[in-house]
Amino acid sequence: MSQENMNNNIQHYLNDFEQLGDNIKSDWFSEQRQSALSLFKESGFPSSRQENWKYTDTRPIAKKEFLHSSDTSVSISSDQIDAVRFQGLDCYELVFINGIYSIDHSRIQGLPENIVIENMAAALAKDSELLEKHLARYADNKVSPFTALNTAFIQHGTYINVPKNTAIDKPINILYLSKNNDQPFASHPRNLIVMGEQSEATLIESYIGIDDANYFTNAVTEVSLSASAILKHYKIQQESLNAYHIGNLNVMQGKDSRFESNSISLGGSLVRNDIHGHLAAEGASIVMNGLYMTDNKQHIDNHTRVDHLKPNTYSTETYRGVLNGKSRAVFNGKVVVHPQAQKIEAHQNNANLLLSDDAEIDTKPELEIYADDVKCSHGATVGQLDQDMLFYLRSRAIDEETAKSLLTYAFADEVLKDISFAPVKNRLEYLIVGRLPDAALIREFTNE
Amino acid sequence: MSTNSENMDDLVGKDYEHGFVTDIDSDTVAAGLSEETIAFISAKKEEPEWLLEWRLKAYRHWLTMEDPTWAHLDIEHIDYQAISYYSAPKSKDDGPKSLDEVDPKLLETYEKLGIPLQEQKFLAGVAVDAVFDSVSVATTFKGKLADAGVIFCPFSEAVKEHPELVKKYLGSVVPAADNFFAALNSAVFTDGSFVYIPKGVRCPMELSTYFRINASNTGQFERTLIIADEASHVSYLEGCTAPMRDENQLHAAVVELVALEDAEIKYSTVQNWYPGDENGVGGIYNFVTKRADCRGNNSKVSWTQVETGSAITWKYPSCILKGDNSVGEFYSVAVTNNHQQADTGTKMIHIGKNTTSTIISKGISAKKAQQAYRGLVKISKSAENARNYTQCDSLLMGDQCGAHTFPYIEAKNSSATVEHEATTSKIGDDQLFYCLQRGIKEEDAVNMIVNGFCKEVFKELPMEFAVEAQKLLGITLEGAVG
Repeated sequence: MSQENMNNNIQHYLNDFEQLGDNIKSDWFSEQRQSALSLFKESGFPSSRQENWKYTDTRPIAKKEFLHSSDTSVSISSDQIDAVRFQGLDCYELVFINGIYSIDHSRIQGLPENIVIENMAAALAKDSELLEKHLARYADNKVSPFTALNTAFIQHGTYINVPKNTAIDKPINILYLSKNNDQPFASHPRNLIVMGEQSEATLIESYIGIDDANYFTNAVTEVSLSASAILKHYKIQQESLNAYHIGNLNVMQGKDSRFESNSISLGGSLVRNDIHGHLAAEGASIVMNGLYMTDNKQHIDNHTRVDHLKPNTYSTETYRGVLNGKSRAVFNGKVVVHPQAQKIEAHQNNANLLLSDDAEIDTKPELEIYADDVKCSHGATVGQLDQDMLFYLRSRAIDEETAKSLLTYAFADEVLKDISFAPVKNRLEYLIVGRLPDAALIREFTNE
Repeated sequence: MSTNSENMDDLVGKDYEHGFVTDIDSDTVAAGLSEETIAFISAKKEEPEWLLEWRLKAYRHWLTMEDPTWAHLDIEHIDYQAISYYSAPKSKDDGPKSLDEVDPKLLETYEKLGIPLQEQKFLAGVAVDAVFDSVSVATTFKGKLADAGVIFCPFSEAVKEHPELVKKYLGSVVPAADNFFAALNSAVFTDGSFVYIPKGVRCPMELSTYFRINASNTGQFERTLIIADEASHVSYLEGCTAPMRDENQLHAAVVELVALEDAEIKYSTVQNWYPGDENGVGGIYNFVTKRADCRGNNSKVSWTQVETGSAITWKYPSCILKGDNSVGEFYSVAVTNNHQQADTGTKMIHIGKNTTSTIISKGISAKKAQQAYRGLVKISKSAENARNYTQCDSLLMGDQCGAHTFPYIEAKNSSATVEHEATTSKIGDDQLFYCLQRGIKEEDAVNMIVNGFCKEVFKELPMEFAVEAQKLLGITLEGAVG
């Protein structure tokens, strides 16, 4: 696609930006948005000629005219929301419908006074120093045009501030629900989580599409962890099969902090997840787990990057993929050990199960190392179900389809079994079994 | 495997031992690249019209291309107009017919290089086609090879003697427009080796070529073409040394291998070109395109390389596994020291059914050197039951060096199995301690551990190369430990 075409295709984003108006007066914020918009204007959508987008063609997104979601009248019934909630889980919950905060459905009552959980728009209206210090400081607009686009449209999203020496009593669940409106729409959720020293929290981000809604979610989450802070982060992506999802997670980590990322991608027609961890002080560690299951014509791309900026930092990563139908998945995991960052341990693993001859996996684990006292490894495999295991099950009178489902489930469960937060683990196990043939039987087999 | 008996202390500060210049009048064309230069080279080589056309086509395409910048390399801008593209040692017009006719100065050079030309017939069954600058001046064992029907000759001779083979296979593996450096080579290549092994023949000896860069400021553009006809077998050795220079010398070679049904080609390289001095001044730029086409069923190609020299290496010996059941192998040891840079690896393109490939890559990076493994394993939709195993390990010596791994895996067939493993670490303190407490000096211990690290690759090399490779490793890493 020529540059000219690209520019034409972003015109409606520029128009929508004009419509946004300047309801938030602070200078720093206006500048942020303006500069992000000009960056996006300049670059347009990324092309597959760029190394970072080699295997993912964003033209389907560029081609469609997604208008900025501003219709506050869209409603979703309580029943529908209840259906996607964690049953029986006592949590703080923020609900967004088509990218717009729904005060009616959200439940943040009883929040301890020192903790802030609120809609980004509300936080911006208060314009705190803290917000200025952290917002748009970790997700780099220059790295991805989508991040720049999101920054230009910052409005709704979640702002969380946990002060030092505080552990939140309940997990936080953020639900981004999307359903069809008159026109295909784009939403740009922006989340910022600021964790003080020795604070602790569990956060679930769910992106859920209702029916076969047609939309584009362009989410950016920034996390700042002060010394010894711990954040467990779960992202469950269940967008509709007509939806496009671009997600970016950037984490800045202080001394001895720990970040746990679990990213499960099941839905969406074209999906790209970027996770970038900055281990910026000694003792910081990051764990990244991921599972992607694709079918039909889905395309799911997971890019992760860890920068070991200081000595004695640690990272481990396990990503698994199950590919069926005519789907395609991409994995790119990069570990960068910067000069003088000695005593590093970094391990990475990506395993893929190809269940169909029409599916394609492109994987690229990368190591870039500029220090010598390191222990780094990565592994990547592509394969199919073990014939011996299959035979074992068949010889015990389990029919082929069920046996395959069982083994596929076992493969995927390698990622889920390490999830320490039971409600999420159970939900995910349920979801994954649900995608396999003979789900009921598998549940019976695996029920303890 | 025994450790290098040479004391590391002796090796430290040892000058590049092949750094000398032979004073010979070269018949060198003025620097610059144009259609005239290409016509000049072609005329000088008395080439047929079609080959000149082929060169010009490559040149015209090259003009439209840009220097590749994707590699993890820091390359100073190369002025292609400042390079002289032809240089031939002066000798009789007809070329030497026997050793007596060879310029004595050349013989002296070979002596220093350790190629006992006079004793070649006794040289462990190895025939040597020595390339001195751009004209091949001596070929031995022709008789024995001719008896077997093997053609092993300078490329320019093959163009004259076997035009049908050259025309059929030249550019069929690496097309003239393949990449920037291959296009440049296609336009200006001066000579190289040509090998043809007829049907069912097992080449009676290992074939070997010494490449050598001599005339100052002359880029070397070698072209090698090896064709193994049905059910034949050949083992080919390539070794390189170069004299010490301050200017950067460009070397952009192209190697094409064709393996037909049931044929097997083993290609081994020891590359020991001048890497530049301790401050990164000078050294050879080694930008090579090497590719093998396993065209026939059950064919096999094995690349083994030991890369210790060159200031910059840009090299990806690859295999296209077209035939069913074909096998591709890549064994590599790359050592970079001081300011050396290397971006090397392989591509395995699986197209045929039941194709297998193995990649073992060992990288050692010391002092301020930067090294990258870059590889692609591609399983096409048609490659049923394809199998790949990749292992790339890096060893780091010194806190300012770098080792990087960029493996691409693209799989489109559900019956394929692809495995990739990579590790990066320094020499374990406990390993070193174990050796030290048994009275082994640190230098020896490091040498031993490094040799052990590379063992998997060395065992793939022919015997005489394996010995040389071990020595080279010690010399290249001199002074890296401390």
